[in-house]
Amino acid sequence: MRALDRKLLRDLRQIWAQTLAIALVLGCGIMVMVGAQATQATLVQTQAAYYDRHRFADIFAGMTRAPAEIVSTVAMIPGVAQVEGRIGLQAVLDIDGMAEPATGRILSLPATGPTLNLPLIRRGALPDPSRPEEVALSEPFAEAHDLIPGSRFHAVLNGQRRELTVTGWVLSPEFIYAMPPGALMPDDRRFGLIWMGEGAAAAAMDMQGAVNELALRLTREGDSRAVIDALDTLLDPYGGTGAYGRDRQVSHAFLDGELSQLGAMAVYIPPIFLIVSAFLVNMVLGRLIAMERVQIGLLKALGYGRAEIAGHYLKLAALIGVIGVGLGWGFGWWIADAMIRLYGDYFRFPFILRDWGTRALVISALLGLATVGLGGLRAVWSSLKLPPAEAMQPPAPPVFARGMADRVLAALRLRQTTMMIFRSILRWPGRAAITLFGVSASVGALVMSYFMMDAVELLGESVFQQANRQQVTISLSQAQTESAVQDATSLPGVLRAEASYVMPVRALHGHRSRLTALQAHFPGTELARLVDDAGAVVALPVDGVVLPEMLARALGISAGENLRIEMLAAPRAVLDLPVARIIPQGLGQEVHIAAPALFAAMDSVPQVNMIHLAVQSDRMDALNAAIKETPAIAGLTDWAEVRRQFDATLSESLLTMVLIYTLIGVLIAIGVVYNAARIQLSERSYELASLRVLGFSRAEVGYVLVGEMMLLTLLAIPAGWVLGVFLAQGMVGAISTDMMQLPFHLSRRTYALAALAVFLAALGAVLMVRRRLDRVDLATALKSRA
Amino acid sequence: MARDTQALPVFRAEGLTRIYRTGAVEVRALRGVDLSLTEGEMVVLLGASGSGKSTLVNILGGLDLPTDGRVFFRERELTRASDRALTAFRRDHVGFVFQFYNLVPSLTARENVALVTEIARNPMTPEEALARVGLAARMDHFPAELSGGEQQRVAIARAIAKRPDVLLCDEPTGALDSKTGIQVLEALHEVNRDLGTATVLITHNAAIQRIAHRVVVLADGRVTRDEINTARVLPAEVSW
Ligand SMILES: Nc1ncnc2c1ncn2[C@@H]1O[C@H](COP(=O)(O)OP(=O)(O)O)[C@@H](O)[C@H]1O
Ligand SMILES: [Mg+2]
Repeated sequence: MRALDRKLLRDLRQIWAQTLAIALVLGCGIMVMVGAQATQATLVQTQAAYYDRHRFADIFAGMTRAPAEIVSTVAMIPGVAQVEGRIGLQAVLDIDGMAEPATGRILSLPATGPTLNLPLIRRGALPDPSRPEEVALSEPFAEAHDLIPGSRFHAVLNGQRRELTVTGWVLSPEFIYAMPPGALMPDDRRFGLIWMGEGAAAAAMDMQGAVNELALRLTREGDSRAVIDALDTLLDPYGGTGAYGRDRQVSHAFLDGELSQLGAMAVYIPPIFLIVSAFLVNMVLGRLIAMERVQIGLLKALGYGRAEIAGHYLKLAALIGVIGVGLGWGFGWWIADAMIRLYGDYFRFPFILRDWGTRALVISALLGLATVGLGGLRAVWSSLKLPPAEAMQPPAPPVFARGMADRVLAALRLRQTTMMIFRSILRWPGRAAITLFGVSASVGALVMSYFMMDAVELLGESVFQQANRQQVTISLSQAQTESAVQDATSLPGVLRAEASYVMPVRALHGHRSRLTALQAHFPGTELARLVDDAGAVVALPVDGVVLPEMLARALGISAGENLRIEMLAAPRAVLDLPVARIIPQGLGQEVHIAAPALFAAMDSVPQVNMIHLAVQSDRMDALNAAIKETPAIAGLTDWAEVRRQFDATLSESLLTMVLIYTLIGVLIAIGVVYNAARIQLSERSYELASLRVLGFSRAEVGYVLVGEMMLLTLLAIPAGWVLGVFLAQGMVGAISTDMMQLPFHLSRRTYALAALAVFLAALGAVLMVRRRLDRVDLATALKSRA
Repeated sequence: MARDTQALPVFRAEGLTRIYRTGAVEVRALRGVDLSLTEGEMVVLLGASGSGKSTLVNILGGLDLPTDGRVFFRERELTRASDRALTAFRRDHVGFVFQFYNLVPSLTARENVALVTEIARNPMTPEEALARVGLAARMDHFPAELSGGEQQRVAIARAIAKRPDVLLCDEPTGALDSKTGIQVLEALHEVNRDLGTATVLITHNAAIQRIAHRVVVLADGRVTRDEINTARVLPAEVSW
């Protein structure tokens, strides 16, 4: 090995702790990048393969009822490769061992065997078409209730209670993310999919020779927009509820949202770490070069050229880079494995196609090395410009010009040690700035990650505490007059019942349209209310509709303009209504209107198809039992249960995330403060040792070091808060989808936690360096005035 | 012990001026110095502190450039050479020895010498160079484990290992007591005698001039004396 390389390794051994601190910061960035990207690539690849192997449809459409022959008509639409019709309906399920009713979505299996959205049999078999009582269940639901093949359960089909027998467990590309209607997240216990022979389904629903759902696959050249338009026209006479592509298919849209969040994480978080590590490399290498100024002059005198000397120090930077990239790869790999397993379970992929993330590995390595290279280059550059004769002389003592700041300091009559702190910051403003920047970046990173928790909590708060104060919502199989509310009041345990009317609609403005729902709010409602992101209850205007921001944006409509609404179920009215208000609502996708305004526009008596209930908590079981026996009730949402699910998911996944982010945010703070303090110590050991010789105590001398770092940390915290606000705003933009926009709200807890974590990390780091100060040998420190 | 004065000049300096500017202050370190150095010659450069000795030697060695005047190394004009050419010049032709040894603290004696032998054109082995200065037994010691005199001898070994044409020594004994100082001078003397390396030895210690072939005295940036030493003695006979 060359002598110069040996020097490199020995230099590195001197500053190994600092090197490791930087490598860890860099490694964190690389880890997030590699981990998120490998996970995303794996899931995208898996999703694509799953869709392809199981022939996931491109276009979906629903209608009240169409003759089965419609399938061959649809097949003639240009661009359509394949069509399948089926019967789908919702049913209340009565499962043994479960007090409350579950919701089932029944899907018919074509007599000739499915050709699209192929169910994947995981256990048992598909039902025998000749046995009407046989069904296959979605695996997660069957597993949750231990409904192994051969078990039986009850369902209310078309008002009739029937016993069904399980033949097998199934997964489907259509329900990777299986959301019960009206829910916020999948619920394997309360929502299941039920595949039933075509004949049996038709008989149960009175749908012989008819279908009410279509799935299509397009040809390679097929234009989905044109096909959707053709379908809408074709299906209109059959009560079409609007055709839509994969982008509006619930399972696909949620999965895609999740995947793009991962993608956003991979590009959005690492730069903070990379920038901080570039600054750290610059700071540490800058100091090393300052200390080795004489040696650099010597190397020049010996005949080493600039490029060789620059290369020597850059190798050190590269080594830090290699360690950082190596750590990042290792942990990124490990995290990707863990995340893929987690997602794989959550989404119930039947198989995983692991993408080895080669692209992420290569890109992250290049970025990592470029980062440290840049940081190093800046430090090396200035040292090379010195002529060798000058380099070999000790640098001129720093000039302490008496400026404004000094006069201010003098006027303050500070202790001399405090004065030293301020002087040092003023003397090396560049280094103070790097420390400030690094620490505020870590505060910012923490604010950004805690913000995710705030946002989700706020959503929960507004959904549960403000908007939905009812314990139970029941949906009726058919719209009824307001007297239905009176009937509901007589159900066991019901304290209060409120009417609601929800209608699937197509909202149109100009050439843009959106499939959504129209929700009518009755006067005097206290349970289910319309609430905006700030938690304020929105009073519905006497006339016109209220739109959430995202829907208004999607439709390109603003307040005062007219919105066309086509109802997609009976009575299929078409209304033109003015937009009265647009409200901020992160999860909002629906059109809202005051019930009197709606029914006046429809020229009809008020209708009810959903009823919200306040229930005596100890009577829930009686209510559940009654609902299972009431055919007029098609489904039920138990909000306490939804809330429980929400909280459980939140505390589980979010808490892990927050812990990980805290760890890496704190790592930045430690990396920055530890390095800055070490450099202070090495640069000022003479000064500090002199203080000891003069009779200052260890604590007093330590104060100079600790005081400066903590002062900078305290200054960095507010700056970090501001940075965090920007980062969180960026995050909102990066992960918001068509379906969901995070509300922008940061709690005091977030600011406080971020500040506290960074403060403690900084204190820990500087105390670690302080311990070294105690060990400094006075005699050596005074001699080696480098 | 007079030498053949017809030998070829290695260095030739004409009208060297060097002005340092720090802020508003101007220091004239050299005010028109003419000097030449012949092959195999050992010159002692004497002068009070601040008289410009280091400045002169740094310019000769290509570590610094004069404000005015010209320096020739054999036929090449150094004062017109590029940074790259100066680096090559130092690498191939010049050995430096400094007052404070300037060893790389993280490298052993052998490795400090290897620093040079690895990039030189026709070097001796580090072992040979260290043996020449009497340090064969201490090759694997780090600078901190060597005495001042030993460190300076490592520096000499490092300077001579490339078989340089000139050896430029800036107060090599300045930080040493007389006994170790004499050991260092002996090492330089032997190199000059055995390898014929032209040597410039800076000192402000007048006693040392007795070992030189020629003595040049500098005062206030000018050469005030330049004469052949007719009564040359061995380093062992010098004392201070
Ligand atoms: N880098 C420099 N900047 C400013 N002045 C310098 C510098 N180097 C040397 N000098 C000044 O030049 C003069 C000559 O210095 P030097 O050649 O080092 O003298 P000597 O080696 O004889 O003691 C001195 O006055 C010194 O202060
Ligand atoms: Mg000098």
